[in-house]
Amino acid sequence: MMRIRVKVFATLGRHIAGGVTGAPFPLEVPDATTIADLVRQLNLPREEVKVAFVNGRTRPLDWPLQPEDEVGIFPPIGGG
Amino acid sequence: MWILRLNMNDRTYRLSEVPEAYKNLGGRGTTSTIVHDEVPPLCHPLGPNNKLVFAPGIVTGTAAPTSARVSAGAKSWLTGGIKESNAGSSWASYFANMQIKALIVEGQPMEKGKYWITHLTWDDKAGKPKAEFLPADPYTGKDLYEVFPKVYEQFGTRAAIAGCGVAGEYGYGNSGIAFNDLGKRPSRYSGRGGLGAVMASRRLKFIVLDSKGAPGVPIANQGLFDQGAKKLAEALREHAITKPKGGLNTYGTAVLVNIMNEAGGLPTRNFSSGRFEGAAKIAGEAIFEGVKNRLGKEVYNHACSPGCIIQCSNTWYKTDGTEHTSCVEYESDWALGANCGIDSLDDVAEMVRLCNAYGLDTIETGTALAVAMEAGVIPFGDGKKAIQLVHEMGKGTPMGRILGGGTDFAGRAFGVTRVPTVKRQSMPAYEPRAVKGMGVTYATTTMGADHTAGYTIAPEILSVGGKVDPLSPEGKAALSRGFQATTAFIDSTGHCLFIAFAILDIASGFEGMMEECNGVLGTNWKSEDAAKIGGEILRKERAFNEAAGIGKEEDRIPEFMKYEPLPPHNQVFDVSDKVLDSVYGEL
Repeated sequence: MMRIRVKVFATLGRHIAGGVTGAPFPLEVPDATTIADLVRQLNLPREEVKVAFVNGRTRPLDWPLQPEDEVGIFPPIGGG
Repeated sequence: MWILRLNMNDRTYRLSEVPEAYKNLGGRGTTSTIVHDEVPPLCHPLGPNNKLVFAPGIVTGTAAPTSARVSAGAKSWLTGGIKESNAGSSWASYFANMQIKALIVEGQPMEKGKYWITHLTWDDKAGKPKAEFLPADPYTGKDLYEVFPKVYEQFGTRAAIAGCGVAGEYGYGNSGIAFNDLGKRPSRYSGRGGLGAVMASRRLKFIVLDSKGAPGVPIANQGLFDQGAKKLAEALREHAITKPKGGLNTYGTAVLVNIMNEAGGLPTRNFSSGRFEGAAKIAGEAIFEGVKNRLGKEVYNHACSPGCIIQCSNTWYKTDGTEHTSCVEYESDWALGANCGIDSLDDVAEMVRLCNAYGLDTIETGTALAVAMEAGVIPFGDGKKAIQLVHEMGKGTPMGRILGGGTDFAGRAFGVTRVPTVKRQSMPAYEPRAVKGMGVTYATTTMGADHTAGYTIAPEILSVGGKVDPLSPEGKAALSRGFQATTAFIDSTGHCLFIAFAILDIASGFEGMMEECNGVLGTNWKSEDAAKIGGEILRKERAFNEAAGIGKEEDRIPEFMKYEPLPPHNQVFDVSDKVLDSVYGEL
């Protein structure tokens, strides 16, 4: 198992019980967990996940996570 | 369709038919073409030879969704180059419905200190628009929130208003043109480039429209237009960003705060970091939750202008549940928040309100304040003192005038080297060292640093319209060029640029936009023509700038960004000058 930090943003926050949108929370996950595995573990609807960052870099969903990684998960958003 | 010229020398007007060469233009295409054709490039922007041009988009005033935009153009007082700045307002639709292709404000009265209102109505008997000139003296030197209700009282609640605030009257490089929103607030802005001062220098305070009886926009092929509008509406209703209760409708444009912060590209404390520790407190999510807490219910956003499907304008409320201001846009939230190190939404909202009241551009205001903070005028993060400085801008004190001159002007006054401007216009809310395509757009656009001119954030950060690594300099010239050309076209249609989120991903939406234009104009444009037509507009803008003395040497990012690595990615701006020159060199 390894410990990571997770942030879930915008409309995805609706799926995290008691969670505050964008507030980081620690999570224990199995070694070699990918972003896609994490999305499943958090019960986030896969079709609503658009962009994921690991330590500030955009990564594909099959990206394997490392201990102490900080993951930010976003639905489709835009503005400007 | 008409070209309407207001001659401010003697307060007369002249209507003429639209020349053949202008028939298929709209919005930015119209304003930039007229500025290119009629304004001497070396004229003083506040002198008698500059012209202020307003133009509705090609489909503005029709049933095309999210299309009530009006372009304002002139030689910019801030940059010294060409300027187009567009806004969404019912003013735009009324204007289009009066069949005015362009309104050109010319000349300058000799007498100082006297201002005028132009009242435009539809003359049913003559079958054309009519202009009257009335004194604006009771409305000058005042807060626009105080003045707008009185203008409605004078001209009726059906009216639509465009005007400048005291920032324009003072001749600030930072002064916009305010348009009414649907709640009759003075809150929709052609904010950038000092167009408020250009308007005020013609002694024109307000242009008030009442389109009663006007015939509406002529449509050459109604069936084709309807088909296009339907396709575009479907794309907007389907795409997760633009659909009802989607990202923009729920959280507003400030939904970008968190993702830009996560990407390390949220300029913080005068562009000294790409991360702000207080980002979550001022983000779109915090606005939504804050309003819910203060009102005891969820509030989704409203439309800034008639016929918008996206509806992204928020409202911030005070602790007692009364309205504080509308709208806290992403750029305003960032400029007056993260970029000043301020994490209080109440302070940010107060400054947004004051910018609307005084006629200031929120972006240029926040970046000038941050430069002043860098110089030690007030500390970073001190919202209350920042509010006081915005008041000084509104009062026209010497300090206020230094800040009102714009970010570049303030940087010179305070001897600051970290001044985030291109062509004297401040950068908006995306860090070029962390999002290099956007840096290429800032450097090369004809407008001075401007995110809306070529929004490469879509593929670089948002994964819309493709996926590109924001930190890599590779391929960014072509990316920016493509976005700049297509944007010049969208800015000509009258659509809000936010339709791009949907039509970049949904091809039928893009086709719909083209069919709408073909339906109105009787043209036969294909999707691939958008970038070609946009490219023609860019060439005219570029030619004007070159003749005004703004050549490729000014297509550069500020030097400090080339030697100061930006946390957290510790990147510098490493796109070469040769690559920057290729953006327009290969257009």
